[in-house]
Amino acid sequence: MLTKTQLFSKGFLAVAPHMFSVIPFGIICGAIGIELGFDPVLVYAMSIIIFGGASQIVFLQLLSGGASALIAVTSVGVINSRHLLYGAVLSEYLEKLSFIKKLLISYIVVDQGFAESNKFFMKNRSEHHLHYHLIGSGVTLWIFWQLSTLAGIVLGSFVPEELGLKFAIPLTFIAIVVQDLKKIDHVIVMITCGLSSLLFFDAPFKSYIIISPIIALFVGALVLKLKK
Amino acid sequence: MTWSTIIIAGIVTYFTRMTMIALVDRDLLGEKVKEVLAYVPSAVFPAIIFPGIFINDYGTFIEINDPKIFGAIIAILVGYFSRNVIATILSGLSSYWVIIFLL
Repeated sequence: MLTKTQLFSKGFLAVAPHMFSVIPFGIICGAIGIELGFDPVLVYAMSIIIFGGASQIVFLQLLSGGASALIAVTSVGVINSRHLLYGAVLSEYLEKLSFIKKLLISYIVVDQGFAESNKFFMKNRSEHHLHYHLIGSGVTLWIFWQLSTLAGIVLGSFVPEELGLKFAIPLTFIAIVVQDLKKIDHVIVMITCGLSSLLFFDAPFKSYIIISPIIALFVGALVLKLKK
Repeated sequence: MTWSTIIIAGIVTYFTRMTMIALVDRDLLGEKVKEVLAYVPSAVFPAIIFPGIFINDYGTFIEINDPKIFGAIIAILVGYFSRNVIATILSGLSSYWVIIFLL
């Protein structure tokens, strides 16, 4: 049985490699806000209040492009709606927590933290205090997101654009799903999602980010049925 | 104006995170739904991976010989066999850099 501290450290270590993508992305996100002419305090406040990389960038771009507040908020909601799926998966492991703890832990659920902690949860169902792994991964990502967006705001985009570090984002998610390529049903689901995302890329409000997972999950349900 | 917009966007985002964890009773989800949820990572992350590789900053498709395709293939191979996240990311990035800077 692992202690709370051990679980927290495991969560930290699990997401640490993802800093290769989180830090450059945070710097870009902070720098874009300033380049678009927003108040630095406002740009930084988004990292605390919204705390969601891609949605923060889209939000700033829309507002600076003259979009209405309603459109900006709708886009943020659509882009972040994938968290509903993460929550549905995680709820199995967080069921026993008090309501207050559930409210608090929800704030730090982000892509990489969900992905790594969920992998750990699947392999260690019998552990007590499992949620400390999620706190470890989530708090780590939160701190580095705050620091890197702040760095981007203060220093500008000091990472040379020629390095193409944005490419680290798809790579970080390849690292997350690559082992599931061993399972044919997962491969079918992944390809469905990937192709749908390209097909629906121009759909309004960046909705490809939730349309393609829904299509892929339907295909996944179909595959499950055929397997039986 | 913009402050209130950010706060509303933040509340909306927080609800996307909190609803299924704190508000919805898990027993409401049927057994079949729970089984399908095992596919969530595979069903969500390719929607970040594919556009990140195949669509450029201007929202158009990349060429078939784009170095990102090569970098992604290397990352998949290294990731599959090494099971190591750092090796996956760094092999993808470095093979991408080799092409754009050296070739």
